[in-house]
Amino acid sequence: MPQVRGLPDAGLATDRSARGRARRQLARYALALGSVAASGPASAAATFEDTIAQRVVACTGCHGKEGRAAPDGYYPRIAGKPAGYLFNQLRNFRDERRHYELMNGLIALLDDAYLQEIADHFASLDLPYPPPLAPAGSAAQRDAGEALVRRGDPARSLPACNDCHGVQMTGLAPFVPGLLGLPRDYLNAQLGAWRSGQRRALAPDCMAQVAQRLSPEEIGAVSAWLAAQPVPAHATAPAAAPKPLPIACGGVAAAAGAASGPTR
Amino acid sequence: MKLGKASIALIGVGAFVLLAAIAVVALNRDDDMQRASDGVAPQASDAELVARGEYLVRAGSCYGCHTEPGGAPYAGGRAIETPFGIVNAPNLTADATGLAGWSSDDFWRALHNGRSRDGHLLYPAFPYPNYTRLARADADAMFAYLKSVAPVAKQNRPHALRFPFDQPVALALWRALFFRPARFDADSAKSPQWNRGAYLVETLGHCNACHSRRNVFGATAGPLDLAGGLIPIQNWYAPSLKDNAEAGVGDWPEREIVALLKTGVSARGSVQGPMAEVVARSTQFLSEADLEAMAAYLRSLPDSPDATRRAAGDSDAATVPSEAGAKLYTTHCAACHGDRGEGVAGAYPALAGNRAVAITPPANLVHMVLRGGFAPTTPGNPRPYGMPPFATVLSDEQVGQVLSHLRASWGHHAPQVSTLDVSRYRGAR
Repeated sequence: MPQVRGLPDAGLATDRSARGRARRQLARYALALGSVAASGPASAAATFEDTIAQRVVACTGCHGKEGRAAPDGYYPRIAGKPAGYLFNQLRNFRDERRHYELMNGLIALLDDAYLQEIADHFASLDLPYPPPLAPAGSAAQRDAGEALVRRGDPARSLPACNDCHGVQMTGLAPFVPGLLGLPRDYLNAQLGAWRSGQRRALAPDCMAQVAQRLSPEEIGAVSAWLAAQPVPAHATAPAAAPKPLPIACGGVAAAAGAASGPTR
Repeated sequence: MKLGKASIALIGVGAFVLLAAIAVVALNRDDDMQRASDGVAPQASDAELVARGEYLVRAGSCYGCHTEPGGAPYAGGRAIETPFGIVNAPNLTADATGLAGWSSDDFWRALHNGRSRDGHLLYPAFPYPNYTRLARADADAMFAYLKSVAPVAKQNRPHALRFPFDQPVALALWRALFFRPARFDADSAKSPQWNRGAYLVETLGHCNACHSRRNVFGATAGPLDLAGGLIPIQNWYAPSLKDNAEAGVGDWPEREIVALLKTGVSARGSVQGPMAEVVARSTQFLSEADLEAMAAYLRSLPDSPDATRRAAGDSDAATVPSEAGAKLYTTHCAACHGDRGEGVAGAYPALAGNRAVAITPPANLVHMVLRGGFAPTTPGNPRPYGMPPFATVLSDEQVGQVLSHLRASWGHHAPQVSTLDVSRYRGAR
């Protein structure tokens, strides 16, 4: 197992301050949690309810209260993402196709049924998102990013992000994630990790193919533009349109239950 | 002709080296006890044999090392880090890259004598010092099961041990010093249930691979040593099973021991870290009867605390409550564990009256705070509660402060946890 240190999936660590920012963000969440604890002596036990939210408090420590991470940190939001996507990512972390030791270790011994329940819980949340941070990078960079997101580059068989992630970029239920409300550092690192092979998905790994056709500069441009877009209200992912995806994706093809639990 | 003193000395040394070499070779000879010549033939039908073998392979915790996360079952590939380098667990499926050419005699030889099919010595990261006591019939059933697992073509990676541990001579020496093929002899003074428990704990379950102290050569004092120890590299502390203040269960009711091994949780606590893996990969699959047998055996172990470890716990390093620690506890811990460490029954463990808080080596507490964790999902506990990791939230100093606070609160008087302790364990896996 890799060590606790290091950024999640940090294949293209363009911003070394990301970790520090993530820490500060986490500290804020921790303080928020703490204020709950401090609000009344022994109130925790009194208000305890056996809910799935209570069972997965372990997730919101990093991903923010209710799984709604803020755009200024590193950890991605998980609230409101399509359930199939979240389930696939949980399996990818458990089975070490994605690498971040805290995630890998935390869910290493959880079976598919429980991971599906956790995914369904966070997917069911419909929460308003704060506006994005002030755009990063130059206007020209963001324009280049927007062009790639909307049109791709047919000359290189590079599909547009919109082709799979939806025109609104809020994803397509149940397997394709939305691209908005994610920190720029996180987007950079994910595309970089796919490009380098550090992040993997179920085969055929379509995002690896896409990321490998992008240059580091293009990844930076796409991330800068995406991170600057607001999340629309009630940004749920519509059901997938019947038209086929431009490239085959294992995560979309593989219906739930394709893989075994960790204890089989 | 007169020999000089130097020559005599040289001859002496030469003779000694020769004798030592003979001794090492002799001590590494196969013990052919119960090889096929004994006429041990599988009695059960194939399906029964395979099913029994699957059960035993699970009881033997083979999956954990011989399966990569997300990988094909028993196709090997997991890198086991040891203080001497990396040992790669091999492919156990019936592919040509695995056990295809093996006979049940070969398999028995590996378990019983710690030798591979071609005779080369195996590294004891493979717990043959425990498996050597397996019954031949059990080994045959395990082999029959492994033969039935879907074959996977996956080339074994060579081990990556440091010099001199990569030398066959070093391994032969180690075995001469620390390994003898052996047999499990039932204790006729004890009940069949107790003997079954002893067999499962000492042999198949290889509990002492973690629950004992290893010497500088990585050897345990033997399968009966269950007095606890720090697991190398992982640096989790496998508490003593012979100390009721650690993980001894002499004063536990049988049903709670069984519940812990079967479901991962019990009224007295839940499993975390490496033990959570043991429950997930192994003990949850065992029958009630076998778990009761293990409980009977474990309950019979005398309560015999390690004197030096206990003395360290009683030293004047015992904690004085600190304001910083108390404040951190209120901020980060009290929401779940309660203002008075009372926890929430069935969800969040109480810290007051919890012996795991006061065990002298603070390793497990540090790991829990840094990494958090879920108990494993099992049929008896399908939706476990989890604790968040604090590795990115708290500094080493703060982790030490909050743990020292626990160890001085609610009746605990355990040694404090220093910043240095925390940084030591943070670097571990």
